[in-house]
Amino acid sequence: MAPERLLVVNNVVKIFGGFRALDGISLDVSAGEIVGLVGPNGSGKTTCMNIISGLYRPDGGDILFKGKSVRGKSMHVLSKSGINRTFQTPKPFKGLTVRQNVEVVHRRADRKASVDDPLEFVGLSHLSDREAAALTSGQQKLLDLARALTAGPDLLLVDELAAGLSPVELDTIAERLIEISRRGVALLIVEHLLGFVNQLTQRVIVMNAGKEIFEGDLASAAQNQRVVEVYLGQ
Amino acid sequence: MRKQLLSSALILVVLAALFLWAPGVYSNESVLFQLMVYLALAQGINILYGFTGYLPFGYVGFFGIGAYGMSVFVTLFHVPIVVGILLGGLTAIVAGIILSPLLRLSGAYFSIGSLAASQILYYVVSNSSLQNVTNGPYGVNLISIFNDAQSYDAMLVVVLLTTAFVAYLRLSRFGKSLLAIREDWVSAEMAGIPVVRTRILVWLAAALIAGLVGAVYAWHISVFYPESVFSLPISIFAIVFTLFGGGATVIGPIIGTFILYGMYNVIGVSEPQYFQLIYGVLIMALVLFLPRGLMSLFRRRGIRGA
Repeated sequence: MAPERLLVVNNVVKIFGGFRALDGISLDVSAGEIVGLVGPNGSGKTTCMNIISGLYRPDGGDILFKGKSVRGKSMHVLSKSGINRTFQTPKPFKGLTVRQNVEVVHRRADRKASVDDPLEFVGLSHLSDREAAALTSGQQKLLDLARALTAGPDLLLVDELAAGLSPVELDTIAERLIEISRRGVALLIVEHLLGFVNQLTQRVIVMNAGKEIFEGDLASAAQNQRVVEVYLGQ
Repeated sequence: MRKQLLSSALILVVLAALFLWAPGVYSNESVLFQLMVYLALAQGINILYGFTGYLPFGYVGFFGIGAYGMSVFVTLFHVPIVVGILLGGLTAIVAGIILSPLLRLSGAYFSIGSLAASQILYYVVSNSSLQNVTNGPYGVNLISIFNDAQSYDAMLVVVLLTTAFVAYLRLSRFGKSLLAIREDWVSAEMAGIPVVRTRILVWLAAALIAGLVGAVYAWHISVFYPESVFSLPISIFAIVFTLFGGGATVIGPIIGTFILYGMYNVIGVSEPQYFQLIYGVLIMALVLFLPRGLMSLFRRRGIRGA
């Protein structure tokens, strides 16, 4: 039996002014799966994350989560349905302490959080009384992750978590993400560091100009002529 | 948590005792009443600006509409004064609902928008075609229901309720949600907080407070004109008092109001030119050195309290 498809993005279009940031992208993620979303700058990866998480409304196409359309639903509704995310530029509640940052999160009533103590899980519990503004950029990204996990998501969108982390932190966080996926949470990971993606998954979707140009394992992507062309130029 | 609860309770007890005791030793009750008006308005600003980041220059609009709401219900429908005050608050809520699209704006745009909105309310109320209802530009006379002692007590109740509400925000998860929205509304949404609904709720709570204050103020002074209850300096004073003491705290706006309104009464009336000068220098010093108000001095030393 094929694994249950948790998220289906179907032919989604997003237009900013005259620019088609997403030009009919389709992808799917199954429960507990890790999928990498890669591509050069401006290919539409973060726009795709913003659409799935409800920050932007799509101009065309549909998004199905657990078999139901969630197109146009607001972020707080999606958070309670089981979609959560981190941000490329971390967005902590800077004036609150690290602990308060996770305390304000509405935990989903119908699902026990996959991680009992998210701050402990991402390695920030020793800083829990510190103001979030005092954290380094890397720590703020981990705080974003802890906050997303507190909600108890079924699908976690991870937007360029690796940038700004040290190699040691990278290895730790890769282990953590694999652990999250083992606990049944699906991960869609936007990342530029392909080595980091390789640690996590072999299934990648390569985007360019708002479209999918390749889907498959990372090794094959590296051999694919179109992928090589968009990364290196013709 | 327990410490914060105790300090908030202590603040409420001290405020109540002070304003019940003060008229016995200080004969100018009008100053004490005005002090309470600004204590409540400063807390209203605190709820809106301190907790959500919206700085409402037109906050006085709700104050004026509360004063007029109460007056209309009392003079035209002859409702008892307590009901009139509550209806004054309700009128401000209705104005808040009508003006809630302002919350789509942010920063200086919101401040200017709210200022314009308060002017619109002023022009509606003072319009001579509404003379049958509001008495237009000719003001309101409530001398038949004037009662300075009861209105003084009513204002004290409003101050205590407002302060207690701020204490609740400081301690509750709801208050933390507001701070989260102030810091980053996108993250707050993703944390499951319904940002639009929460902002509107707080906006209406702040409107209710100003409406109740305006209604009790109208009762206390009993004769007033549109320009006196929609006067911009009322907003400015309440904003400066809050910023001076420090937003998102219980005690900050209280300290700010006592110091600055006290100073206003000591030198502002007798020597307004020095007052303006000192006020200006104080505000500049505040913006430059203590942008988060006097209370941030304590927080820097690790004292969080109220």
